[in-house]
Amino acid sequence: MPSTIKLWDFSGGIHPAENKQVSTRRPIQTAGIPGQLVLPLQQHIGEPAEPVVAVGDVVLKGQKIADVSHGMVVPVHAPTSGVIESIGDYPVPHPSGMTDQCIVLKPDGKDEWCERFPISDYRTLERNQVLGVIHSAGVAGMGGAGFPTDIKLKPPRDRKVDTLILNGAECEPYITADDMTMRERADKVVAGLKIMAWILRPERCVIGIEDNKPEAIAALREAIQGTQIEIAVIPTKYPSGGEKQLIQVLTGMEVPSGGIPADIGVMCQNVGTAVAVSDAVFEGSPLISRVVTVSGEAAESPGNFEVLLGTPIAYLLEQAGLQQDRVSRLVLGGPMMGYTLNTTAVPVIKTSNCIIAATASELPAPPPEQACIRCGQCAEVCPMELLPQQLFWHSKAAEFEKAEHLNLFDCIECGACSYVCPSSIPLVQYYRYAKGEIRVQRAEQLKADRARERFEARQQRLEREQQEKELRRKERAKAAAEAQALKKAEAEQSAASGEAVDERAAKSALVEQALARKKASAEASNAKAAPPSEAEQEAPDLDALEKQFSQAQSKLETMQAMLEDAKAQQADNVDKLERAVAKNHDRVKRAEEALADARKTLAAQTEPQSIK
Amino acid sequence: MAFVQQSSPHAHKARPTSKVMLWVILAALPGLLAQTLFFGWGNLINVVWCIAIALASEAAVLKLRSKPITFVLKDNTAAVTGLLLGLSLPQFAPWWVSAVAVISAIVIAKQLYGGLGSNPFNPAMVGYALVLISFPVAMTTNWAEPALLWDKAPGFGDTLATIASGQQTAVDGWTMATPLDEYKHKIATHTAEEVLAHPTFGNGFARGWEWVNAAFLAGGLVLIGLRIISWHIPVAFLGSLIVMSLAFGSNADEFAPLPLHLLAGGTMLGAFFIATDPVSAATSHQGKLIYGAGIGILIYLIRSWGNYPDAVAFSVLLMNFAVPFIDHYTPPRTYGHHKARRGFSGGGRS
Repeated sequence: MPSTIKLWDFSGGIHPAENKQVSTRRPIQTAGIPGQLVLPLQQHIGEPAEPVVAVGDVVLKGQKIADVSHGMVVPVHAPTSGVIESIGDYPVPHPSGMTDQCIVLKPDGKDEWCERFPISDYRTLERNQVLGVIHSAGVAGMGGAGFPTDIKLKPPRDRKVDTLILNGAECEPYITADDMTMRERADKVVAGLKIMAWILRPERCVIGIEDNKPEAIAALREAIQGTQIEIAVIPTKYPSGGEKQLIQVLTGMEVPSGGIPADIGVMCQNVGTAVAVSDAVFEGSPLISRVVTVSGEAAESPGNFEVLLGTPIAYLLEQAGLQQDRVSRLVLGGPMMGYTLNTTAVPVIKTSNCIIAATASELPAPPPEQACIRCGQCAEVCPMELLPQQLFWHSKAAEFEKAEHLNLFDCIECGACSYVCPSSIPLVQYYRYAKGEIRVQRAEQLKADRARERFEARQQRLEREQQEKELRRKERAKAAAEAQALKKAEAEQSAASGEAVDERAAKSALVEQALARKKASAEASNAKAAPPSEAEQEAPDLDALEKQFSQAQSKLETMQAMLEDAKAQQADNVDKLERAVAKNHDRVKRAEEALADARKTLAAQTEPQSIK
Repeated sequence: MAFVQQSSPHAHKARPTSKVMLWVILAALPGLLAQTLFFGWGNLINVVWCIAIALASEAAVLKLRSKPITFVLKDNTAAVTGLLLGLSLPQFAPWWVSAVAVISAIVIAKQLYGGLGSNPFNPAMVGYALVLISFPVAMTTNWAEPALLWDKAPGFGDTLATIASGQQTAVDGWTMATPLDEYKHKIATHTAEEVLAHPTFGNGFARGWEWVNAAFLAGGLVLIGLRIISWHIPVAFLGSLIVMSLAFGSNADEFAPLPLHLLAGGTMLGAFFIATDPVSAATSHQGKLIYGAGIGILIYLIRSWGNYPDAVAFSVLLMNFAVPFIDHYTPPRTYGHHKARRGFSGGGRS
């Protein structure tokens, strides 16, 4: 394969110390089965799955233990056979150090597989069936974000994917999980890529890989023999593995701001994801383990491990010979974009690619922040061509609108700006803060808008009701006036027309009386047949009571608010208000009791009926 | 075990501000050496004196502002301001003129605006312009004669005594008008040949000044090589000065010829050490080109048609005024956007 593929460059970028050799000296090792596996129900972007097993259940390796039938969910499977020990909140890998719903599995050591259904020739199936296989294998993007792979492989109908990119750049220092996967499992990588290409039918299928991985490049070159897949060896520069940057390097196109790669006919998939897809199809194995790099100077024997999902990081670090007394910082992910852990109890999940056990000298605390000297180095290294300095300025001053205007939300938080800042300003942290504040503001704005809409709708409804009432009243008044006028006219007429008419009138009156009697008796019999329910009779009463109660309550609330205000301002009418509040309190209580009584009687009356 | 909790990135590899400033100081030393060789001890004494005053006044303001004194002083920016003033003031400028320049630079131009990073104007040039306007005699008559022309060179002690005496004008035999000053004031009544016969001009260049400028140019190239400054401002600065001179100054009987513009005044010091102050300069590459070109054009305009023979300070300050405007119109186009968002519409979306 001649490497004459045209490449582009992305703006900015940095060349941090790679520190990759330490973890590539040994082949990928199996980490083994720990004493306990903690499996978070959410290891992907979207909604969490729900447990489909109960505590005490015996499960087999590969058996589905959590799923939801709809929504953006991927199922979770048992990484080995054993017993479900508990289901509850445990610490999960998250920058905030939060806990989340997890299923805890106690392995039985037998590692016994459930029944699997390998597919030898997926081409005989429908594309949707293969997507179904990928979905039920629980595959989610293993590069970091954890986007459900089957959903990603189904781009909107109007977004045809012309270029399928396999992201083997792995530009973050320390991490070698993809590198080792490509070296040792190149066939599976290519097989998975071919499945994805079969599903998407792109015109071009290219593996992007940084030139600092010659072994992986050689292995892949061999594996792609006889296929149309291209290998693009790209210059090593952080963050070339960022989706947007890799797309720019390989295609010269830019993903529109706020859009997705499919908007320009491109899709990126991760190396580990390709292997998971291949395993799901050809072996029928769900995603239950992944390759994790364990590195850092505090790890005596750093390297890559095939780790069961749910394996506590403490166990994994033990395998890599963690020197407890030397570790100062535990980073999950790479040194540029990873986050620190506060406990080793968190498990490895589908998106965990690297753990760095760093010593204090390896990743020292940054010096204290100094004033920005506007040197502009941050702008020079920014791969998104933002103005990091101005963004910092506005974020610090809480001028979020201005920060947003300068495209704050296009920041990918790669950390290049902070890396080079001579004043050691934690720029990315400022941007995260600003983004968070803007999101909160947006949510609040939305809430306020909805409340306003509700209020306005209610006002309109009340007004309409009032108008209708008024209209009805007027109609009634008009009808009454007309009736009056008619009566008067009749009286005058009768007075004028004399006896004969009078007789006629008496007759008609008799007829009317008879009709009325008949109607009344019919109504009475109707009533007997279906006596009006007492609930109906009670209903107005209950309504009234409810109204009374709510009125009393709202009055009490206003009183209390006034009292609090008065207290805050130390006004002299505090005593009076306090008494008023107490009085209203009693009133509310009484109203509540009355209401409760009414409800009780109502319940007593309606219950036998409902039984009937 | 408690692990360090830190926001990403965890790796850093920056040249701290203090080191950047130290490199600026080191790169200016060849220029200072040339000044000392060709114009005596005056600049060296000024530099030491100005740095001392700069550090002292910065410390005093920091104390008033309840800021950590040693932490801030260690960033070396006050020292750089002192150094730049020491390099640009006349060799025999009385001690109090230097002191006024430095104190107004540090206290007014820098700290009153909020300290490092918040000053819109180049502090050293504010100080320089202030004393140039306030004490024109002291600022024009105290330029040392090139050492080659001295019958008896003033020693270190003589120079120090002259500066310390506080006299507005120094000993006549030691001083001389600067070449740009000489040219500007003589050319109206003389031919270029007659003007250039003056001993301050060597072989068509400015004696001594050419070497000083060459040394600052060398130091500036080192700074560019070390990526401490970018090439944009100096190149645009010198480029526009050259273009202006070629376009308007072809007649040597009217305006100073190009070599004098480049090598006689504070041009190289200005282009590589003063205009490149990041705090008061434009930020984007495009903006830096505009900013540098503006300074070069203004220098030529003021030197040729203005009242001042040299004009680095005024030109830099005038372009400092324009920086927010330049930055406003030269933002980069962000990845994934069709074009750059110019300015701020106020509504947050445009």
